[in-house]
Amino acid sequence: MISFGIPYLAVVGLILIGLFALVFKKNLIKMVIGITIIESGVNLFLITLGYREGSIAPIYTSSPGGIMSLPVPQALTLTSIVIGVAVLALMLSLVIHIYRHYGTLNVNKIAEGEK
Amino acid sequence: MNFLPVPPEYIPVLIVAIPLFGAFLTPIISRINGKVRNIFAISILGITGFLVFWLSTEIFTNNMIYTYVFGGDSNVIGSGNSAYAIRILFEVDSFGIFMAIIAIIVAFIGTLYSYSYMKKETGLDKYYTLILLMTAGMMGMLLTGDLFNFFVFLEITGISSAALVAFWIDKKYAVEAGFKYIIISAIGALFVLLAIALLYGQYNALNMSVLANTITNFNLIDQIILILLFSALAMKAGIVPMHMWLPDAYGRAPASISIMLVGATLSSLYAVFRVIFTLYGKVFLSVSIQTLEFVTTANILGGFIVLLAVLTMLVGVIMALKQNNLKRLIAFAALAEIGYMILGLGIRLAAKSVIYDTEGTAISILNPAYTQAALTGSIFHILNDALDVGLLFLVAGAIYYATKETSLDRMGGLARNMKYTTIFFLIGLFAMSGMPPLNGFASKIIIYESAYQLSPLVSIIAILSSIMLLACFVKVFHSAFLGPKQPHLKNVKEVPKTMLVAMGLIAILIIIIGLFPNLVIENAVKPTVDAILNNTAYISAIIGGA
Amino acid sequence: MKNSEGMSKIVKTAASTIFVFTLIYGLYVIAHGHLTPGGGFQGGAVVASGLVMLIVVFGSSWTMKKIKEENLSILESFGAIGFIGLGFLGLLFTGIFFKNFIVGHNMFFGMIPDFGSTIANINTGGVLPLMNFAVGLKVIAGLFAIVLVMAHATSSYSKEAGKK
Repeated sequence: MISFGIPYLAVVGLILIGLFALVFKKNLIKMVIGITIIESGVNLFLITLGYREGSIAPIYTSSPGGIMSLPVPQALTLTSIVIGVAVLALMLSLVIHIYRHYGTLNVNKIAEGEK
Repeated sequence: MNFLPVPPEYIPVLIVAIPLFGAFLTPIISRINGKVRNIFAISILGITGFLVFWLSTEIFTNNMIYTYVFGGDSNVIGSGNSAYAIRILFEVDSFGIFMAIIAIIVAFIGTLYSYSYMKKETGLDKYYTLILLMTAGMMGMLLTGDLFNFFVFLEITGISSAALVAFWIDKKYAVEAGFKYIIISAIGALFVLLAIALLYGQYNALNMSVLANTITNFNLIDQIILILLFSALAMKAGIVPMHMWLPDAYGRAPASISIMLVGATLSSLYAVFRVIFTLYGKVFLSVSIQTLEFVTTANILGGFIVLLAVLTMLVGVIMALKQNNLKRLIAFAALAEIGYMILGLGIRLAAKSVIYDTEGTAISILNPAYTQAALTGSIFHILNDALDVGLLFLVAGAIYYATKETSLDRMGGLARNMKYTTIFFLIGLFAMSGMPPLNGFASKIIIYESAYQLSPLVSIIAILSSIMLLACFVKVFHSAFLGPKQPHLKNVKEVPKTMLVAMGLIAILIIIIGLFPNLVIENAVKPTVDAILNNTAYISAIIGGA
Repeated sequence: MKNSEGMSKIVKTAASTIFVFTLIYGLYVIAHGHLTPGGGFQGGAVVASGLVMLIVVFGSSWTMKKIKEENLSILESFGAIGFIGLGFLGLLFTGIFFKNFIVGHNMFFGMIPDFGSTIANINTGGVLPLMNFAVGLKVIAGLFAIVLVMAHATSSYSKEAGKK
């Protein structure tokens, strides 16, 4: 019974680790990595919803027959991964500009440097 | 109205597809000339605005819902009881087209203003591409009838507006504000995606009408989904206590981008209304006796929302009193106005009550008549506030363009040189603090009256915040425009004509709505409120007889 | 190319050979998107990884001199216009936005396969392979431009920091 629920436990673990990295770390790059980990967790949750026990990939080309897992969550996950790449590119570009202005990546020193 | 070459069924798609096509064409057109690119962007937004206004006259007079299916022939597959709605749909009712009018006015005025405001900057082809992309994202968010489509357009709007907030990359404050905004926007969107995944796993549907038909009892999963959706969308709409990004993003962006950010924030507010009144409509709006246990749920949620609204008003006004930076002060005033919009929503939910007869058994569920008025006032206030705050941001941008100053300590005596700007600032001041005969008065008096019948304390706090906003802006007017001239501001000139035309258009709209509020309420706001509270029409446009 | 920037000559030769195979594999994934797992974004990411390998091996200044950023922007716009243009063509021919107007007719991608498990036929799919090409072109140009600009930006002020 536990083996059926392991992906859901992994989802909860990933989201909690990502939130911890976002809230408690002081480096800008580590905060960006935290957001990426949360996004991986949500994508894993989307794919796990479509799994049926003992199923094969939902492709018709030379398939051996049997139950197929749902293809709609896989399409939703693909869209979400593409959006995640775009957000990551924008965040990293802004981090490069912040480093060029302030000279440091520490959040406390940036807040001091603003005053 | 047969003079258009396009039948009205195609217009919902063209409203989103034309700005998207224009955004992809802009890098190629900007190789020709700078002026051609500006005129191309303004004309694309003008065509979209014309289509939105034409569709809105159709929907407001006929009171029907337009649907459009992508890539297929009909809305549903199968018929009768086994009809599945599995394609991506656009479903436009009065509420969606009302918000689309506000968004396209804001986008058009912002682009017209930035014709001369941003003339001396470099990298302008990316600027206009991002503006057209952001308009397409806002229109898609407001017109769609499918939850995952809504998520995609929400992310498009968030990414393009964050890139525009950080547009002045040689100022270090702007880049930091853009970074804060993109982090908050990304986390909010991820939690919306988590809620959508939970909804899909529970009910096997992503279409808003099918979900509205299926959510009838309010078990634990539905409560978790409602909390996730409400918190994430409220974070993007700037409601206390998730309002931290709003003063930075509004205050440090270019002025033509601040006015478009108002449109993006109001689209997230539209989503809050949609989730509570349409997705969970059978829980919160029903008046049948079987749903007796949901009345206390509605009251608790309504009371919580009223508390958040009051906190937003107070935090916005108190923080606005002590600011020295002009744009940051206007941003806090905009935050206070968002509280007024949420107040109507809270009153509608909190005032639901049960009527018992003499033996203690329940006979009916009652929504008192003043809740309809509260919702009308809030929806009307969304339109008024977008125009008022927009005009004030444009005036602040004009001051920055002429004097290169942002701090109120170093300004003074501008009224002699910049006459038109002073007049526009006076109009914005009186409209924002609710003085007759401008449009702020018309919506705020409805909110005061209906809030008084819920609880007098809420109404007193609302009136007090209006008065404090008036005091705040009179201080700004005195220190920036009146008084002796500062020595380094001797040679300021009036701003170029395009910026004056943009500000003048909004001022004319404010005066017209202020003088004839009944016209707007009868023709535009009443169908909108009816469409919000009419869950069954939204469902039966797709499934047909639920 | 000067031997002083980028990596050593052995690495440059090996990377130039491997890049051709990466390109072929990526284009295969893009072209067969309607039959096997893959499609526009996945194949475009594979080709972009091959191009990023060239940036790593040859140095970002040399690559920036060879490829200007405006040309990448034009390529990306062509990909995007192709995608939206196919949607508008569907609106023009049949009156429904994004409708598959090629399938069923006697055109290039227009066969209809049999129902159930069959052998793959690339001549099917309708407007989907064309959209895959457009999206693949856009993703290649976009991802390559992002990494190239970031590599150039970080290398230029590490050179400034090195000079101080």
